[in-house]
Amino acid sequence: MTREIICTNCPIGCPLTVEFEDGKILSITGNTCKNGITFGTNEVLCPKRTITTIVKMENRSGMLPVKSASELPKERIFEFMAIINKVTAKAPVRCGDVIISDIGGTGIDIVATKTVE
Amino acid sequence: MEHKQLIIIGGGPAGMSAAVSACNEGIRDILIIEREEALGGILKQCIHNGFGLHKFGEQLTGPEYAERYSDNVKELGIPYITETMVVDVSDDRVVTAVNKEKGYFQIKADAIILAMGCRERSRGALNIPGARPAGIYTAGTAQKFVNIMGYMPGKRVVILGSGDIGLIMARRMTLEGAKVEAVCELMPYSGGLTRNIVQCLEDFGIPLLLSHTITEIHGKDRVEGVTICEVDEKRVPKKETARHIECDTILLSCGLIPENELSKSAGITLDRVTSGAVVDGDRQTSVPGIFACGNVLHVHDLVDFVSDEAEIAGKGAADFIKGIKEEKETVEIIPEGGVRYTVPQKVAKGEGASLYFRVADVYKNVTVALYDGENLIAKKKRPKVAPGEMERFEIKPEYLENAEKLTLKLIFG
Ligand SMILES: Cc1cc2nc3c(=O)[nH]c(=O)nc-3n(C[C@H](O)[C@H](O)[C@H](O)COP(=O)(O)OP(=O)(O)OC[C@H]3O[C@@H](n4cnc5c(N)ncnc54)[C@H](O)[C@@H]3O)c2cc1C
Ligand code: SF4
Repeated sequence: MTREIICTNCPIGCPLTVEFEDGKILSITGNTCKNGITFGTNEVLCPKRTITTIVKMENRSGMLPVKSASELPKERIFEFMAIINKVTAKAPVRCGDVIISDIGGTGIDIVATKTVE
Repeated sequence: MEHKQLIIIGGGPAGMSAAVSACNEGIRDILIIEREEALGGILKQCIHNGFGLHKFGEQLTGPEYAERYSDNVKELGIPYITETMVVDVSDDRVVTAVNKEKGYFQIKADAIILAMGCRERSRGALNIPGARPAGIYTAGTAQKFVNIMGYMPGKRVVILGSGDIGLIMARRMTLEGAKVEAVCELMPYSGGLTRNIVQCLEDFGIPLLLSHTITEIHGKDRVEGVTICEVDEKRVPKKETARHIECDTILLSCGLIPENELSKSAGITLDRVTSGAVVDGDRQTSVPGIFACGNVLHVHDLVDFVSDEAEIAGKGAADFIKGIKEEKETVEIIPEGGVRYTVPQKVAKGEGASLYFRVADVYKNVTVALYDGENLIAKKKRPKVAPGEMERFEIKPEYLENAEKLTLKLIFG
């Protein structure tokens, strides 16, 4: 099978043609640099995304922005959102503090992206 | 009257970066004036990631990027006041501001850096016929509601305009449980970054309808739906393509305009295309001692370039204060043939500059060329250029030696 995707690893956005069969990459063309090969491989075999969202603060008005510390499997995004929407955070929080550890058994944490004194 | 060496208006990424740069050049008597309650500017509400790839070599979210700079401002002890709005700037560099504590007050400055950012085009500027029910927001206002106040503006959404903010909000509202029915774009191409089209629309199966517009808004008290139409090459709606989409919310993402009321009051010459000031390589405007950087100068899509530009302005202002910014002869850069504008619009002789520019349409395999009259001075090949993505062109000092004005244009094929 072949898939046409756009490499979004950098702003150049090269159009990639990825040929694959049974979970194996056969060829990738259209990339300008070798990062395109890594991107194309991941995007076809196991697409991942960073989640960025917010959680409620218990003792402050306003919301605390959070993100996944690294990329999570794309197809489980709504499952992760449901988990995140159930938690609240408490100030003081430092940027980088873990808000949820090991979300959905992925080994990846959800961390604060803002310091609230 | 109170006096400061340097006043910076706006505490967003541009203002903060300019302050840090001027401070590193030895200027200590600085004041940043910000109208909101905290430093950070628009980044406070941009909770998505993708910031800082150029500047820090990693993907940061907006609040993280802002915090790196605000930490820097605080560590250096650069003074700032918040919840203070600048209402006037005069050509002899008197800044008039208001806040709750001091009321109305004036400060005289040796130099001023304008870093007020931009605002969104609102519905008034867009002329959509139909009723004016509740449920119509600019994408940035919706972003503030959702990300800062934690309030969802609606459940079924149609987005008009495919600017980055609209794309980002399509994903954001979807993640929070809303259904985004479509993104309508009047032009045959999107105004947003490719990366955002893939990650914000394609990931969630949200249709991007190019050459489409909203022709009517339905609903009396609250939005109940829209009529959308395909448009022809002249952007005139084709009636036979009209169709109805049910929705309770419309987000407008139809571009940003530099916030230049203050620049006008100071008598600064503005560029017709960018709606920002005309500047030299140091980002000095037509009024000596007044500099501009960031989105108030021209709309940027990458905050990294905002920070770079603000560093230049900060250093320029420091040189002006120290009396070492020389009055140099400048060479005008004229945009032509596919190049809409350049910033800076003029470059001093003896100095080089990185020209930022935008193109008028999507073009493939073009050569960006710098001409002195008929003579080709420098060129650069680009596989693809688009209006949504800012381009750069390096001007070396030797290009300017014998020139009076230079032309930057695209050569096709
Ligand atoms: C919604 C949105 C999404 C974006 N997404 C990305 C992205 O994914 N990646 C990326 O790299 N870039 C992104 N950008 C671009 C980047 O955030 C901006 O280019 C950058 O924030 C501009 O910085 P600035 O300091 O010029 O303006 P701003 O951040 O707008 O700051 C201007 C500041 O000036 C203050 N101000 C204005 N007028 C006055 C006054 N009269 N008195 C006192 N203070 C005043 C304002 O309150 C504000 O704090 C995005 C921009 C927007 C709007
Ligand atoms: S292939 Fe390389 S150059 Fe092309 S978009 Fe991907 S990372 Fe950028």
